[in-house]
Amino acid sequence: MITREDVVAWLTEFRRVIGENREYLTQLDSAIGDADHGINMDRGFGAVLAKLPSVAGSDVGKILNTAGMTLVSTVGGAGGPLYGTFFMKAGAALGNKTEFSAADWSVALDSAIAGVQQRGKATPGEKTMLDALAPASAALHAALENGSSQGDALRAAATAAEQGMHATIPMLATKGRASYLGERSIGHQDPGATSSYLMLKCAADTWDDR
Amino acid sequence: MKKLINQAENVVVEELQGIAAAHPDLVKVHFDPNFVVRVDAPVKGKAAVISGGGSGHEPMHGGYVGVGMLDAACPGAVFTSPTPDQMLEATKAVDGGKGVLHIVKNYTGDIMNFEMAADMAREQGISVTAVVIDDDVAVQDSLYTAGRRGVGTTVLAEKICGAAAEAGRTLEEVAELCRKVNGWGRSMGMALTSCTVPQAGKPTFDLPEDQMEIGIGIHGEPGRTRMPLKTADEITEMLAQPVLADLPFQKGDHVIAMVNGMGGTPLIELYIIYRKLYHICHAHGITIARNLVGNYITSLDMAGCSVTLLKADDELIRLWDAPVKTPGLRWGV
Repeated sequence: MITREDVVAWLTEFRRVIGENREYLTQLDSAIGDADHGINMDRGFGAVLAKLPSVAGSDVGKILNTAGMTLVSTVGGAGGPLYGTFFMKAGAALGNKTEFSAADWSVALDSAIAGVQQRGKATPGEKTMLDALAPASAALHAALENGSSQGDALRAAATAAEQGMHATIPMLATKGRASYLGERSIGHQDPGATSSYLMLKCAADTWDDR
Repeated sequence: MKKLINQAENVVVEELQGIAAAHPDLVKVHFDPNFVVRVDAPVKGKAAVISGGGSGHEPMHGGYVGVGMLDAACPGAVFTSPTPDQMLEATKAVDGGKGVLHIVKNYTGDIMNFEMAADMAREQGISVTAVVIDDDVAVQDSLYTAGRRGVGTTVLAEKICGAAAEAGRTLEEVAELCRKVNGWGRSMGMALTSCTVPQAGKPTFDLPEDQMEIGIGIHGEPGRTRMPLKTADEITEMLAQPVLADLPFQKGDHVIAMVNGMGGTPLIELYIIYRKLYHICHAHGITIARNLVGNYITSLDMAGCSVTLLKADDELIRLWDAPVKTPGLRWGV
């Protein structure tokens, strides 16, 4: 079972990975955006990390909700509301649990993705974070239905997210700032899909077969 | 890229501290969450007008807070939409009991953050109406994009709506006026250079010496097309013609015209652009009734300019002429 300590470990690891990839995400966002995705996510997850000690003893819902609300008030741009909604919805789905299964996580992930879709009004194929998240959700469902171990299922989701991230390269952006570039958005990997993949990879790495 | 800054991550806070120190007669600055608010807020019995956006576009929006323009402005991180808590606190700070207009530039982040703030303000019993500005003609096909960007007309809307609110018009009337201004305003911009976001440390994109970028926005992102550099007169034609054709502006129209510097272009060049714009309008039988030439909605240190034309009737010109007393615009007082 994935415990609240594992959730804190996941967020801590994701924060580290964001920091490591700050330049990279900013570079991706220079090609088709305004060069701030890495900077904004770094600031936001830095703030999340600072908040974690105060909620580490709470239930998973509270931890994720706090992360979400912190992101909303610190990331800014489109990333703030979208990642904020992601974590708040995941938190709402997991509620007052102090530990949860991979199946519970699948439900929470779907709820989080639905929230992101509702907030951002994008659908898959528009060159956004959804293009990493949606395939990840499908892969997680498939792996769990096939009786995969938790670790394998989480890794399948991360791999699908990675493939989705790469698949954004040839896409024409029809949402967000990249959409103003028209065809010049083609040939560049979407920064939001990249950070979403990293998030799910961190989950797979941190939770594994716990 | 050399900048006059201290630590890059402190740029916005230090700027706000500088604004507070420079204009204590006009504005107050609230920190955590950050917003600039007129010194006499809330003005009881008056509809209030707020806006906001990323920092890096100064004087927009914080420079437009004061009498006759914005009641408050919410500055985000550089080129980053401000967050809902900023707009919520600003809305509460300016609420004079007659509701609050949110002027929102059409960017995905701005729209979402302002929407979240408006929801929260309404939950707290404050009447909020939002109007979106989407005047940029460079983005042609709104079916396949996030829609046209909100650029130069935002400044004109803030002035005109601020004047209407100061004159005692209701929230609904001010919102309707904002929609009218947005409907009649069109803009297009170009860049000679990119710009450097302090925390990124290098230009957002590379623009070779002999090239220019047409159809830029205000966040340092690449534009629609890159092409060899042309003369000021040719560039003015390339900006003015799509603007004129889009409304379309017609013979006999009166307009408020803005030739706006992107931050890194000297005034000497902006006046050369205005000279040609004036001739183009005259050739089309369009009268420039009022104008602005200077830095009004910038993109840090980007060299370049944008042209905004706003069709204006007597009502809009009267509101334009109304007194305004802000760090960025001051007349009639």
